[in-house]
Amino acid sequence: MIHLLGGLSAVLATALFIFALYWMNDPKTARRGVIAGVTGMTVAVVATWIQPEIVHHGWIVLAIFAGFLVGVPLSRVPLTAVPQRTALSHAFGGLAAGLVGTAEYFLWLGGPATAAAQLTPFRMSALVAEVILGFLTFTGSLMAAGKLQEVRWIPQRPVTYPGQNVVNIGVLAIAVALGVLLVLNPGTPWAGQAFLAIAGLALIFGVLLIIPIGGADMPTVISILNAYAGLAAVAMGFVLDNKLLVTAGALDGSSGLILSIIMCRAMNRSFTNVLFGAFGKAQPAALAAGEQKVWKQETVEGASQLLEQARTVVIIPGYGMAVAQAQHKVRELYDALTKRGVTVKFAIHPVAGRMPGHMNVLLAEANIPYSALVEMDEINPEMPQTDVALVLGANDVVNPAARYAKNTPIYGMPIIDADKAKTVLAVKRSKKPGFAGIDNELYVLDNTWMLFGDAKAVLADLVKQFGGGGIH
Amino acid sequence: MTPPPADFGSMLFVFVLATFIGLGVIRRVSRLLYTPLMSLTNAISAIAVVGSIVVTGADHPLTIRILGAVALFASMTNIVSGFMITDRMLKMFKKQ
Repeated sequence: MIHLLGGLSAVLATALFIFALYWMNDPKTARRGVIAGVTGMTVAVVATWIQPEIVHHGWIVLAIFAGFLVGVPLSRVPLTAVPQRTALSHAFGGLAAGLVGTAEYFLWLGGPATAAAQLTPFRMSALVAEVILGFLTFTGSLMAAGKLQEVRWIPQRPVTYPGQNVVNIGVLAIAVALGVLLVLNPGTPWAGQAFLAIAGLALIFGVLLIIPIGGADMPTVISILNAYAGLAAVAMGFVLDNKLLVTAGALDGSSGLILSIIMCRAMNRSFTNVLFGAFGKAQPAALAAGEQKVWKQETVEGASQLLEQARTVVIIPGYGMAVAQAQHKVRELYDALTKRGVTVKFAIHPVAGRMPGHMNVLLAEANIPYSALVEMDEINPEMPQTDVALVLGANDVVNPAARYAKNTPIYGMPIIDADKAKTVLAVKRSKKPGFAGIDNELYVLDNTWMLFGDAKAVLADLVKQFGGGGIH
Repeated sequence: MTPPPADFGSMLFVFVLATFIGLGVIRRVSRLLYTPLMSLTNAISAIAVVGSIVVTGADHPLTIRILGAVALFASMTNIVSGFMITDRMLKMFKKQ
């Protein structure tokens, strides 16, 4: 009876999870999705907890309590830190899968029946997959979170060395080879050590995989790690013969897969190129040929006049806006301009920021209506009629060189056509190139004016111009 | 114990179907909501909590249960922070 209940609850939870994702197709219904998800999760936890083999309740209560203790503060991080939090949660997901896999393996290995009988080839393969995926996701995501949080002892810039790909693939290949050996000989005397070696190699591989990756690739990498975390849960489901784990893990995995594909397309790159291409490495003298053009600097007063006289303004936010926490100042500028009858839209590049959808969330936090947030493909046809394009901490996603400069890493990447606007105002922290390590041609175009400074400070000055009436 | 081949077949069947449903549903998700989508799917995949509960709560040797408890803690953290931050973000999209 109680086992039947378990089966039914799994069906119910799966259905609720599917609905949760379905309701995410519209911001209006999306919050229902959270309720469905929480309900599904509660059903699954209760149905598992009441099974007769569960006897140590104190431990479970303690671990759940600790989860709340850490989880609640983690859900209250500032929205600019959401990419780190997401990477950290992928790390936790990977860790859980790796640990459960390890625990189950040693249970079967040391169990009353012989190891060979318990560790069937199917189960053993699933265990190896679970532990490799789980532990590589764990350390890889920790590294990604560290890079995003700018932890001091984790290098921000990509670390590359000759033969890096050979080393990386070699480490993974040894782990997989050991796994194959264990599948073929589950009962050998060195099985336990070999299994631990696989776990260790997976942990090392996760670190090696992420150190050559730069900030601009983070949206793709986070999506790929998301897919891995989902697949690790699927593998756990195969190990434990639990269909709910398989379905929920598959939903997570397919979400990570789709996001990875979208991110890769938005950068015109392949998976392998992201993981093994060391994108962030500065390209030496990519656009060195030709005369050295210089940028023209604009004053805040001049910029505010340009904005006020415009009929349409398109704001193009990038990571610089997130770093400066400038979204609330953006809102003030948005208000000031719309009050004066200026049409203001936001052009969102899929890989702007450090994770999928990063800019949308920051702007929504600042109460900017989501109807003003326009996707790249929809805004580009409007750019030639736009009076002012205000580039706010975005760099590579507006670089016209992506259209033709074949020797640069951004070649072929779809960009927001900021350069086609009648006037371009670009706010930039410093005169250094962006994460892709190349100069931005947009900044030296005839119709471009630069505003150097922290995005938040520049916007505050701009808003002051409007508010104080100082320009009349 | 059920014979492995049948086991494998039905599990694979479930996996493939769930993946197709996932691809179909996720493709319709609003582009505005990719960040909350990721935290939501993350919370959902913390369903690993059920595996962790079995490892922690059943009558296993102590070291095994310790591994299980750490896994349970990690999954629970993801469930709590994942659902809560998703809701927090979605609230921002709703009030307008």
